[in-house]
Amino acid sequence: MLDIIFKIALVGFSLSSLILLIRVIKGPSVPDRVVALDAMGINLAAITALVSMILNTSAYLDVILLFGILSFIGTIAFSKFLEKGEIIENERRN
Amino acid sequence: MSLLHIAILAPLLLAIFIPFVYKRFRSIHTGWFVLWLPAILFIYFLQYLPDIKNQGFVEKTFNWIPSLGINFTAYVDGLGLLFALLITGIGTLVVFYSIYYLAKDKENLGSFYVYLLMFMAAMLGVVLSDNLIVLYAFWELTSFSSFLLIGFWYTKERSRHGAQKSMLITVFGGLSMLGGFIILSLLTGTFSIREIISQAGEISTEPFFILALVLVLLGAFTKSAQFPFHIWLPDAMEAPTPVSAYLHSATMVKAGIYIVARMSPVFAEQGLWIWLVGGVGLLTLFWGSFNAVKQTDLKAILAFSTISQLGMIMSMLGLGAAALHYDHLSENIYMGATVAAVFHLINHATFKGSLFMVAGIVDHETGTRDIRKLGGLMQFMPITATIAFIGTFSMAGLPPFNGFLSKEMFFTSVIHVLSLDIFNLETWGALFPILAWIASVFTFVYSMMLFFKTFRGQYQSEKLKKKPHEAPVGMWIPPAILGSLVILIGFFPNLLSNTILKPAAEVIQSPLINEGHSFDIHISFWHGFKPELFMTIGVIVVGVLLYKTMPKWTAIYNKFPSSLSLNHLYDQGLVHTEKGSNKVTDFYMNGSIRNYMVYIFIAFIGLLTITIIKKDAFFMDKSDLAPIGIYEIVLTLIIVAAAITILMAKSRLTSIIALGAIGYTVALFFVLFRAPDLVLTQLVIETVSVALFLLAFYHLPKINRKEERMRFKLTNAIVAAGVGIVVTIIALSAHSNKLFKSISEYYIENTADKAGGGNMVNVILVDFRGFDTMFEIAVLGIAALGVYGMIKLRLSRRQDR
Repeated sequence: MLDIIFKIALVGFSLSSLILLIRVIKGPSVPDRVVALDAMGINLAAITALVSMILNTSAYLDVILLFGILSFIGTIAFSKFLEKGEIIENERRN
Repeated sequence: MSLLHIAILAPLLLAIFIPFVYKRFRSIHTGWFVLWLPAILFIYFLQYLPDIKNQGFVEKTFNWIPSLGINFTAYVDGLGLLFALLITGIGTLVVFYSIYYLAKDKENLGSFYVYLLMFMAAMLGVVLSDNLIVLYAFWELTSFSSFLLIGFWYTKERSRHGAQKSMLITVFGGLSMLGGFIILSLLTGTFSIREIISQAGEISTEPFFILALVLVLLGAFTKSAQFPFHIWLPDAMEAPTPVSAYLHSATMVKAGIYIVARMSPVFAEQGLWIWLVGGVGLLTLFWGSFNAVKQTDLKAILAFSTISQLGMIMSMLGLGAAALHYDHLSENIYMGATVAAVFHLINHATFKGSLFMVAGIVDHETGTRDIRKLGGLMQFMPITATIAFIGTFSMAGLPPFNGFLSKEMFFTSVIHVLSLDIFNLETWGALFPILAWIASVFTFVYSMMLFFKTFRGQYQSEKLKKKPHEAPVGMWIPPAILGSLVILIGFFPNLLSNTILKPAAEVIQSPLINEGHSFDIHISFWHGFKPELFMTIGVIVVGVLLYKTMPKWTAIYNKFPSSLSLNHLYDQGLVHTEKGSNKVTDFYMNGSIRNYMVYIFIAFIGLLTITIIKKDAFFMDKSDLAPIGIYEIVLTLIIVAAAITILMAKSRLTSIIALGAIGYTVALFFVLFRAPDLVLTQLVIETVSVALFLLAFYHLPKINRKEERMRFKLTNAIVAAGVGIVVTIIALSAHSNKLFKSISEYYIENTADKAGGGNMVNVILVDFRGFDTMFEIAVLGIAALGVYGMIKLRLSRRQDR
């Protein structure tokens, strides 16, 4: 019973990822894509959580946290890049 | 190490000290410090004469590489001793001559005598070695030292050309000979020449025996300037005259003769040997004498004459080999050819050495060697003219000089060819006396040319740079000694016959000697009205006629197309080899990495496919396969889609993102296949590398930033598909062919017990197999340092951005 629910949820997350992917590809602006990628990252974290429940293991909890951190860092980096044109400000340029 | 070994290596030892002596005693000609050694060696080797005559040979072994059967076995027998005496004797005279020939203050005497001594030791080693490998080592040393001597005046372009040419040809032959020696040693299991000879009958039916024969002969023919390898010798005349006299008349060019004579007992039973040695010798004899007539340079005439005389000796050795097939004849007429060869070897060394020295004197005193400018020198240099007279008339084969005797013996042996009934010689054998006679006529003509055009005729003072005068005493003493030897041997030939000729000829014909035949050598001037005497008379008559009418018929030399000459072939061969190899290299090394990748991948596909087909290795076993779930299918589809996106994408950015997608999907695969550590690492690494790709993308130069699809190329597609298919097939076959169980059971059992850990992957990484981890850390460290270095270290400013 629970297994079926997991699978339905998995299909749901997959579908939402797919829809987000359309947004990533189509755009139209770069911030659209960044936000879509961010959401996809969180989706992947959820998928990983679901899979770990299906596989009945706790070994993937680190992975879920890592997805969170990575998508956060990635989004921040992209935002900074969009705003300032560079990610790590170089002292010598000034 | 016996005294004999020291005697062989003594010139090398002395060569070490020569540069110091040269630097220290500039006021004394370095040659004086060298002269004593060959003289002492000559006397030392003379002492062997009675021993050799009585007991046949003297042998001394010095272990060099005993485990490989390579020992420095010094072996003195009749043949070796004859050559050793020639080398040391003429060596003494040449050193003496060079003292007067080479100026103390103008020439680099230190180098000259070092090279000369190296050469002398190498020649002694060649003729006195019983071990084939040692012989080959000395053989190459003669090539090298001769290269150095020919290129002694290295600032002259012609010298360098001659040196290079002789080096290429003789080393080519030397390497062939090494191949022949190795085959012989494989057939017999030994490197010792005598042991090979003792097994000669057994190995002669082996399939590679003929190959060994041809290879050894190649070595001998190149060294002894036989047709068509004779072309290096005329170009080697750019060497200083003492070198020409020593190397290119008396010693080095006879090394090939020596090899043929030495190897005769091994190979001579073969018909091919008789044909090759005899035939090539005869051809060389004719071609050399024919070409000598058209030369205008004294040394060039002498060079072609040397070629021709060497061919004569070679052909006599070949005919001597026929003796083995007639061991039923109580009076073996063909053994005479061998005696004639050895005899002419000595005679040629004497008169040719003296003639080269005479040419050197003429060059030295008049400033030219061109016979068109020379003439009438007899009044200025009577002594030199006398020596030249003796030498040239001996060379032409006139009585009472020694050349007459050996020429008569030569005619005797070629006439006997007519009665040979083996190896088709009865039909083609008639060529031997005819060609030999024609060659003798030409020999007569160029000999007369050499003497009369230089010393007689009109004196042309306006063409000469300096006023000619008689050479200094020291300069004509050595040729005078050789000239008197010519006369001495001419009048008393039997002085040599039992002491040197007989032991040497017995070595060459050793199979016959073992069967109880013996040499009875008696050389006489007068042997009645035999055909050979009429042949000589004919040579003189026709030769005089030809000489008198020379301007009328020399035009035939111009008829011969120069594009077919061997020198032209050699030059063109060199040019085309160079061009050809350049072309080949340019063709495949075109500097494009794409091409190299294609080569690598095609080789990969080809080798693996051939192996799979040859070994019939493709095999699929479905019994061990796991069931495929829905997630795997979905993930695979995503990866395939992403991979296709990479190939089809118009923009690079899309490709990068698709690559990232593949990375993340792989991470999901790791999730599915239960590898949490891999997932963690894969995610982080993929993020970082996608960021790096984006960085690289962002910094692409603006100018060439055309966004376009990857172009389709059929070759690339086929290669890519091939690689994929091959790898897939191999993976499937490998999976189906598990030969033994995995060792992972051990890790599962012992991770907790022995290593005290719960995470098996990490325990393997840092505990069971920590070494790999250490070096992967090193790899990362190197990569980081490398990146830092590349960014920080800018030795050259970039020109354009």
